[in-house]
Amino acid sequence: MKKLFAIILVSTLAFAALTGCGGSTETVSTDGSTSMELVIGSLGEAFQNDTGISFTYNPTGSGTGIQAVLEGRCDIGLSSRDLKDSEKAAGLTSTVLAYDGIAIILNPNNPISDLSLETIAKIYKGEITNWSQIGGQDLEIVLIGREASSGTREGFESVTGTKDACQYRQELTSTGDVITTVSQNPAAIGYASVASIKATVKVVSVNGVLPSEETIKAGTYSVQRPFVLVTKADTALTESAQKFFDFITSSAARDIISASGVVPAN
Amino acid sequence: MYKNQMMEKFIHGLFLVLGLIAVGCVLLITVYLVISGIPAIKEIGLIDFLFGKEWAPTTSDPAYGILPFILTSIYGTAGAVVLGVPIGFMTAVFLSKLAPPKVKAVMESAVSLLAGIPSVVYGLVGMLVLVPAIRQIFNVPDGASLLASIIVLAIMILPSIIKMSITALDAVPKEYEDASLALGATPIETFFKVSVPAAKSGIAAAVVLGVGRAIGEAMAVMMVAGNVPNMPNSLFQSVRFLTTAVSTEMSYSSGLQRQALFSIALVLFLFIMMINVTLNFFLKRERT
Repeated sequence: MKKLFAIILVSTLAFAALTGCGGSTETVSTDGSTSMELVIGSLGEAFQNDTGISFTYNPTGSGTGIQAVLEGRCDIGLSSRDLKDSEKAAGLTSTVLAYDGIAIILNPNNPISDLSLETIAKIYKGEITNWSQIGGQDLEIVLIGREASSGTREGFESVTGTKDACQYRQELTSTGDVITTVSQNPAAIGYASVASIKATVKVVSVNGVLPSEETIKAGTYSVQRPFVLVTKADTALTESAQKFFDFITSSAARDIISASGVVPAN
Repeated sequence: MYKNQMMEKFIHGLFLVLGLIAVGCVLLITVYLVISGIPAIKEIGLIDFLFGKEWAPTTSDPAYGILPFILTSIYGTAGAVVLGVPIGFMTAVFLSKLAPPKVKAVMESAVSLLAGIPSVVYGLVGMLVLVPAIRQIFNVPDGASLLASIIVLAIMILPSIIKMSITALDAVPKEYEDASLALGATPIETFFKVSVPAAKSGIAAAVVLGVGRAIGEAMAVMMVAGNVPNMPNSLFQSVRFLTTAVSTEMSYSSGLQRQALFSIALVLFLFIMMINVTLNFFLKRERT
């Protein structure tokens, strides 16, 4: 019994000692947009594996992340919107990491193939309630969306200007569920990240432009938002933060960024 | 000899510790839920929280009313019981008293299989078959609704009701039925006027168990209910249950919204506690 206890004690101490001096003192801290969790998480993981520099990400929201950089509480801020002029004037600079394109999807049996941004907003606000009002079949429009805290929903609602005003018929918790539901109901409309679209639904063009890597990058496809890295313009990054910044904006990070479902900017 | 006694004591202690793990888990969960559920209720106000009709935690002017969820859970469960209990009860009477042994064996294993199907499969089938069917049969724009959830829940509670009722009916002493038959009652009269009343507290316990299962189900209803926090004013409305309210938003939530989700879980927990107390009441009465 005593022996067992001694073994446990020794191994605990050894473990504590190892963890105490094994970790690197170099760190990169990021703070901001919850929508960027997936992409920045996988980039951070790859970076940590390659360099041994530890990486932290604090999912607080774009506004808080920008504020954190300004106050020097983190190395790199993450924002899923462009910087405002006032924020630029405060000495911040932005680098686009990737673009998040959101496709508007319909049932394949729906004859409509193009919608303008205003029409989409009107549909989601409940001002247009029947497909026949915009030249479709005589069916009541069924609005499919995501749950209240989803990044895709936030992105869609901010681009279309429908924040807090959407009259959803269904709020689903995953992109896959949205696609399945839209593929089942001829009157449904939904939105989903461009990368996860399947052939079971029809992607409409918005203002005449279909979403693709090129149109999203060129900015002609309008239902998209940038994922932005926010840094201070006049202060240099720490050595490890600069390494991380260079890594994620290099072409080596392209595949990782694409794998998280967004379009890499570089 | 001394060594043997030590061993006895050691094993005794080990089993006690193992037993305490289960008790400890229950205590831990209860304490955790209460501690993490109370702050949001305090901040929102108990009345506003329980009887507020609007749930909009992410808007600029957040509202944290969970009355729609409470009512949906109650209506959904009640609906499932109304649909499921008659079917389950009749099936149990048939299997326990009337069915030929071969039929009984096949049907009982089918019922067991029904109990073993994971809830996500019920949800998936509901989403792909039931929801489009409701849309077409009732000619509504979308089939994801309270009705779809009720049907899915009714099917999900069938196995518990059937199995528990069969156990209760099988336990009725054969002498009761023999006496009834000897007095000239037909078998059907005997079953409904003698066997069922004799087994009634077991059957009541089966119903309560079904209620407990229905109110706690999250995955399957999440896939067919539509999940919009509407007041459940119609069978064809998209609704959100207490369980799905927690699971829908938990992954991304933060701050007061997250705390409020714990408060919802606490409310759900209280409901389930009440159901358990009722269940124990029926089971105890049966034993005495």
